[in-house]
Amino acid sequence: MLTKRRQALALKTCLLAGRLLIENGSNMERVNDTLSRMAKSAGLHGFQAFTTVTGIVVGTINEPDAQVITIRHRKNNLSKIADVNEVSRELARRKIDVPQAFAKLKKIDHQKMSRWQNWYESFAAAILSGALMIVFTGNVSDSWAGFLAGGVGYGAFSYLLRKYKIQYLGEFCSSLIIGILAVIFVKMHLANNINDIIIGAVMPLVPGVPLTNAARDLVSGNLISGPTRGIEAILTAVSIGSAIVIVLHFN
Amino acid sequence: MNWGNLLLQFFLCYVSTVCFGILLNIPKRAYHTAGMIGGGVWVVYWIMYYCSGIGLAFSNLVAAILISVLSQAAARRKRMPIIVFNVPALVPFVPGGQAYKMVRNFAIGNYHLVNVYFYQVVVIVGAITLGFGLGELLNRVLNYLHKYLIKKSRWNF
Repeated sequence: MLTKRRQALALKTCLLAGRLLIENGSNMERVNDTLSRMAKSAGLHGFQAFTTVTGIVVGTINEPDAQVITIRHRKNNLSKIADVNEVSRELARRKIDVPQAFAKLKKIDHQKMSRWQNWYESFAAAILSGALMIVFTGNVSDSWAGFLAGGVGYGAFSYLLRKYKIQYLGEFCSSLIIGILAVIFVKMHLANNINDIIIGAVMPLVPGVPLTNAARDLVSGNLISGPTRGIEAILTAVSIGSAIVIVLHFN
Repeated sequence: MNWGNLLLQFFLCYVSTVCFGILLNIPKRAYHTAGMIGGGVWVVYWIMYYCSGIGLAFSNLVAAILISVLSQAAARRKRMPIIVFNVPALVPFVPGGQAYKMVRNFAIGNYHLVNVYFYQVVVIVGAITLGFGLGELLNRVLNYLHKYLIKKSRWNF
């Protein structure tokens, strides 16, 4: 039998792991699976968890108290998911005990990005835009414009997301920037085809994680999380599309 | 079939998959595997759709199933969550071109073309979603078979 304090710590550890997983874009089945595994290896009996995209409730059947945590903003940082996975695996193999696992999870939560992370990601987005532009349209001569517009657009997006934490308007503003850049390139006769530039440059903003998670959650029968993720994907796509419509009106 | 073009496509999709992985901040030791999955499945899709004349929906379905199964195998081998591999590998299959044409025709006012492209987008997204579902099912079947064979071999000895 666990003491009260150890039980509270075990519940807190489960809650923190669940928050980290959902915040960084894991699918719900993995969250439930990880939570119940961690609870089992921490020695909690009758563990129950109710997980949604915006909050978690955990508790045990024979105790009166349950704990709640809300999840305000979501970002896609998949290496944190891999780290939490590693911690839960070590806990299950009894390499570490519950306080150590809690400390490790806290460390994962407070992990800071390096100073150049934003530039690095923008550069990757620029290469992605150029490469996919060639794959989709076969237009090699304009790919430098896609490279530039994609990099600047993604840089603006991640700056807005980190600084002001706006969820869908970030995509909207960065698509607007991409469209305006493409129009400028074409109007100054530096590039020829505005359509190809926009198709390539918008690619880093596509909602890949919500779409995949929606499919997997719906298949595993999670009727709360699946449609919610689908709505997230649709909202992102609509905000990109409406920005492009605005730019094309003034073209 | 143009082998040089195919090689170029593979390389570009490899690069774009790795770059999308960087955007999602996947662990560094997963870059190469995710890129190989993305590029390889894109080559299979290219051969199916552009060279064999198999329809749009079916080739996307097969590609999604392949991504799902290969990602599960890689995830089990490298001991990482499956999402690290299948989200970056998906990125060449996103119907960006069709979606853009739909939006453009909407802005210009060609409403009959909007319907055409809208149906294409819906077909592709639906096929990919269904393919991920079927791939998940296939993964569970393979997992079950794997465990069953291990159990059986232990019984025999």
